[in-house]
Amino acid sequence: MFNYTLRRLLFTIPTLLFISLVIFLLLDLAPNDPTGNLPLTIPPEVRAMIRTNLGLDQPVWWRYILWLRQFFVYEPLNLIEQMFHITIGDGHRLRILSYATRSPVVDLIVERMPQTLWVVGMSYVVGIMIALPIGVISAYKQYSWFDQTGTFVSMIGFSVPTFFTGVLLIVIFSVMVPSDSFFWFPSIYDTTLKVTDLASFGKQVRQMVMPVFVLALYNAAQISRFMRASMLDNLNQDYVRTARAKGLSEQVVVLVHVLRNSLIPVVTVIALGIPQVFGGAIITEQVFKVNGLGQLLIIGIQGADIPLVQTLTFIFAVLIVLFNLVADVLYGILDPRILYD
Amino acid sequence: MTDLNTNPIGEIERITVSENPRSQWWDVWAQFKTHKGAVLGMTFFVLIILLVLIGPYIWTLAPDRPDLLARNKGPSMGHPLGTDQLGRDSLAQMLAGGRISLAVGVVAMTLSLVVGSLVGVLAGYFKRLDGMLMRFTDLFLALPLLPLLLVIIMLFRDTLRAAFGLEAGIFILIVFVIGITSWMQTARIVRGDVLALKEQEFVLAARSIGTPPWRMIMRHILPNVMSPIMVSATLGIANAIITESALSFLGLGFPSDFPTWGRLLFDSTNFMTLSPERVIWPGLAISLTVLSVNYMGDGLRDALDPRIRGR
Repeated sequence: MFNYTLRRLLFTIPTLLFISLVIFLLLDLAPNDPTGNLPLTIPPEVRAMIRTNLGLDQPVWWRYILWLRQFFVYEPLNLIEQMFHITIGDGHRLRILSYATRSPVVDLIVERMPQTLWVVGMSYVVGIMIALPIGVISAYKQYSWFDQTGTFVSMIGFSVPTFFTGVLLIVIFSVMVPSDSFFWFPSIYDTTLKVTDLASFGKQVRQMVMPVFVLALYNAAQISRFMRASMLDNLNQDYVRTARAKGLSEQVVVLVHVLRNSLIPVVTVIALGIPQVFGGAIITEQVFKVNGLGQLLIIGIQGADIPLVQTLTFIFAVLIVLFNLVADVLYGILDPRILYD
Repeated sequence: MTDLNTNPIGEIERITVSENPRSQWWDVWAQFKTHKGAVLGMTFFVLIILLVLIGPYIWTLAPDRPDLLARNKGPSMGHPLGTDQLGRDSLAQMLAGGRISLAVGVVAMTLSLVVGSLVGVLAGYFKRLDGMLMRFTDLFLALPLLPLLLVIIMLFRDTLRAAFGLEAGIFILIVFVIGITSWMQTARIVRGDVLALKEQEFVLAARSIGTPPWRMIMRHILPNVMSPIMVSATLGIANAIITESALSFLGLGFPSDFPTWGRLLFDSTNFMTLSPERVIWPGLAISLTVLSVNYMGDGLRDALDPRIRGR
């Protein structure tokens, strides 16, 4: 197991290097100009100076190496410095700066992180909490009306795109419902709201209801399918018959024996979905105007802010690779029958 | 693979008794028909395709013709689905948009299927290529797809538009990026099936009479991995339609002049308080199409699974 983990960990290095190269080259060799959005009145020689200032006159491979050093050495060091209020070395390092705001990209990301984690993370947790019981009951009562309804709802859940459910909810609960009614919900997420007392907490809950519901429905639809399939695989196994023959109560058989074994693949699916908590909610954040990481990416893309987009995309890629690794290792730990050699 | 409960002698008798032998695809169809959701989904999907193909000939109003005297109108006899902020007829726009949406879905799916099957078959059949191709697939799976799609479209949109014209340029770009970012699952499934097939006797027999690899793949391997490819095809259409509408919804897909369903939805969100019903139609069209395709895929998967078929 240790050997396997180590080998997988080593394989992530070339993977990440490859992905970083793809992202870097894609943005770097693309036919667009970061100075293209500047006013046309700027004379060409000044424009050339701006380009030199942005470091665009260096060869590609050199810029790639510099970018790698910034991303893997400078930014982590800076984060550590800020977290523990210490200075490592002389403390002056060239950070990855956004073209548009001229502020360090990592600071922008740290600013946006709480909203994304709150809304999207909460929806993931809610989705899992809904999905697990539904999956268990659907499998236990296969082909019952509950199972049929569950199948239908989950089919809708992953067929109807989040940008339609979101917009539909806004039309119903923000447009059609009168704004003084209890069932009116704000369609725009207000980040400046500070939770200080019960009233503001209520407000915070109300503005989170719709985005969380939209994403939770989508997540729950997928996870409940996995849970159901996994439960069905286990319910017909011999050990279940043995447990029943021993005279264990049905509750113990299902909730202890079957559920524990069925959760193994589901846990890995949940782990694989975590990177989406950070990056995959781009659309929902856009619909409800949550100013999280997804919206930051969209702003960066629209403004051709290459360092910002490079860093964000690469962070998403790191998360995907990392959680793939976590899921694989977790699977090995949870299911000792799987032998990695 | 073989079902232990069946009586082999009875099986042989059944086969000899039946007068006209039925092909495998006939069995698949018979099983497919028993899945109510799948039949309903297929009917609906065919209906949408017909509507989108024939509709513009029946409803001849031009989708891009503005009528400034009839802006933001609700449903009426002249405009069954109302009009938009420039007075363009929503029904005509829906029909025209559906054509593009479905075309993107089908073409992108075909591209991803070709790439996926090619990689899968090559990796499964040629041992030397296996490691390299599968590492390559893993690398692609680790890419953050939606952000990358957005980035690629932002960067190459204008170049391709200049090269191929306004509509064709964006169509090629979107189909291409969706195709090359969604082949990985197909490749993995096909590879697994090819690996299992290679161990079977008929492959050994074919090889022992000196069948060259090319003929081997075309005659013996590919026909036997058709089922996972077909299931991937249906899921691929659904995925491509959703991805395209998501891109259009984020403002990075098709422009408003050649709207797809996603773009229509995006454009109508700005007028949500004025005419909320305009949001419903494109969203409903996307959702129902994807739902029907997913149900079709579900039924197809059951029908093509030999363990379920014939039960």
